[in-house]
Amino acid sequence: MPVREIAGVQVDFDDEGFMTNPDQWNEDIAKVLAEEEGISELTEGHWKVINFIREDFKEKGQPPTIRRMNKVGGIPTKDLYEWFPKGPAKKAARIAGLGKPQGCV
Amino acid sequence: MKKLLILGAGTAGTIMANKLDQHLLRDEWQITIVDQDETHIYQPGLLFIPFDIYTRNDVIKAKRDYIPQGVELIMSGIELIEPEKNRVKLSNNKILSYDYLIIATGTRTQPGETEGLMGDGWYKNIFDFYTLAGACNLQKFLKHWQGGRLVLNIVEMPIKCPVAPLEFLFLADWYFTEKGIRDKVDLTFVTPLPGAFTKPKAADILGDFLDQKNINLIAEFNTGSVDSAANKLVSFDGREVEYDLLVTIPTNMGDASIERSGLGDELNYVPTHKHTLRSKAHENIFVIGDATDLPSSKAGSVAHFQADVLTENILLAIEGLPLQEGFDGHANCFIESGFGKGLLIDFNYDVEPLPGKYPLPGIGPFSLLQETKANHWGKMMFRWMYWNLLLRGSELPIEAQMNMAGKMR
Ligand SMILES: Cc1cc2nc3c(=O)[nH]c(=O)nc-3n(C[C@H](O)[C@H](O)[C@H](O)COP(=O)(O)OP(=O)(O)OC[C@H]3O[C@@H](n4cnc5c(N)ncnc54)[C@H](O)[C@@H]3O)c2cc1C
Repeated sequence: MPVREIAGVQVDFDDEGFMTNPDQWNEDIAKVLAEEEGISELTEGHWKVINFIREDFKEKGQPPTIRRMNKVGGIPTKDLYEWFPKGPAKKAARIAGLGKPQGCV
Repeated sequence: MKKLLILGAGTAGTIMANKLDQHLLRDEWQITIVDQDETHIYQPGLLFIPFDIYTRNDVIKAKRDYIPQGVELIMSGIELIEPEKNRVKLSNNKILSYDYLIIATGTRTQPGETEGLMGDGWYKNIFDFYTLAGACNLQKFLKHWQGGRLVLNIVEMPIKCPVAPLEFLFLADWYFTEKGIRDKVDLTFVTPLPGAFTKPKAADILGDFLDQKNINLIAEFNTGSVDSAANKLVSFDGREVEYDLLVTIPTNMGDASIERSGLGDELNYVPTHKHTLRSKAHENIFVIGDATDLPSSKAGSVAHFQADVLTENILLAIEGLPLQEGFDGHANCFIESGFGKGLLIDFNYDVEPLPGKYPLPGIGPFSLLQETKANHWGKMMFRWMYWNLLLRGSELPIEAQMNMAGKMR
């Protein structure tokens, strides 16, 4: 498994670039990962999403779907697409240091 | 008398009523099953109605005829489940208490979840085929349609029978070819998934089928709204797709009574233990079929495999013994591919659909992920098996757990 040093921390990743240990995460790492996703600045809106999905992950053990961010987190879907263009669920989970959201079946 | 209550007499509930009736002692147990509709719809048959292969009468039968004599059937809506009091309130104001509860209320399409979907175009040039009304109306529409751009759209995942949209497109390709207007019809598949299907190997193979059949694929499209006036789909990130005829698979959701009772997740699915089918929140509540939140396919074959495991576990629970972790996510689906052919996929939580052979004593082997005539006949035979064996809880020559024999990595 690839290990990279980010903001002075040794961070474990899977082959698709998702962190494998959420406890290694910190806000500086989030900023670096966000940049890799083409998001140059994390605004208040971004942080609201990141904080919600990290909290939700603690409870559920998996990153939330867009519908869950909307219904439980109260974040409008339109905003999610604006803040994390293309794939909000995947991008936000990656920036928040969580694994890849489980695909559908 | 102890009481076992089943909510929902669809595929899963009906199988459970039949199986438990065979196993629980009549003088100790009262089994009751509740449903709001008199008619049982063979949902896999809905796929064939728009193309004039089945009619309405081919897919419906009376629910009553499939519930065994010893089981009490109550026709009523379900209002509220009260797990703390071990009872359920019905819409007819009756209150039923239970020792064990099985939730089998399934999932349904909710077009109202998408802005504009039920606007002016609804049942004019926008149809679903996951409901009997939608399938029948679409059949009438297609009869006289002269061609144009047919867009098939999955609004949101997960949906029940995730292969049905692909089958619809394959059959549409065949249907318009037979009618001699295939050159006037543009077929486009618009999906939130990154490819043709949920699992990588099958997605590749099915994607090739789309190419061969000249069906366009627009992937990673998350439908935000439908503009009926301009006949276009608009995604949350502002992309647009125009259509002349929109065939939609609306958002699928569990029943509202689950939400009212505070038992569901954001799609009203009940959090369920992956391998035992016990509800995560309550020891004496079990969940089966489309009503669970499990990452297995929502399909009749899955409900059937789950029923084997659940019957065993209910009996163990009654004896106070530990449950078996018997459910492995096994799904087994025939995929109709048009022109009298079909494919077959067989998979579980851990093993994605793989090519190879599927051995089936007496009838098989069937080819996996490969187009054959036999797979088409398997699919057509499934209707007979469904009404005569599956619903009645008879033993089928298929193991509940997936088997690797014949599969190729
Ligand atoms: C177009 C289409 C094609 C399909 N093709 C296939 C296929 O080829 N192979 C396959 O294996 N599967 C297929 N399926 C999926 C399959 O039909 C379902 O997965 C299966 O029927 C699920 O069974 P269930 O008992 O969980 O839910 P259902 O059979 O939907 O039963 C749920 C029952 O609960 C009742 N209910 C719900 N809420 C309430 C309430 N509040 N009060 C009273 N009653 C209530 C409903 O009336 C219903 O009878 C297909 C589905 C569709 C729509």
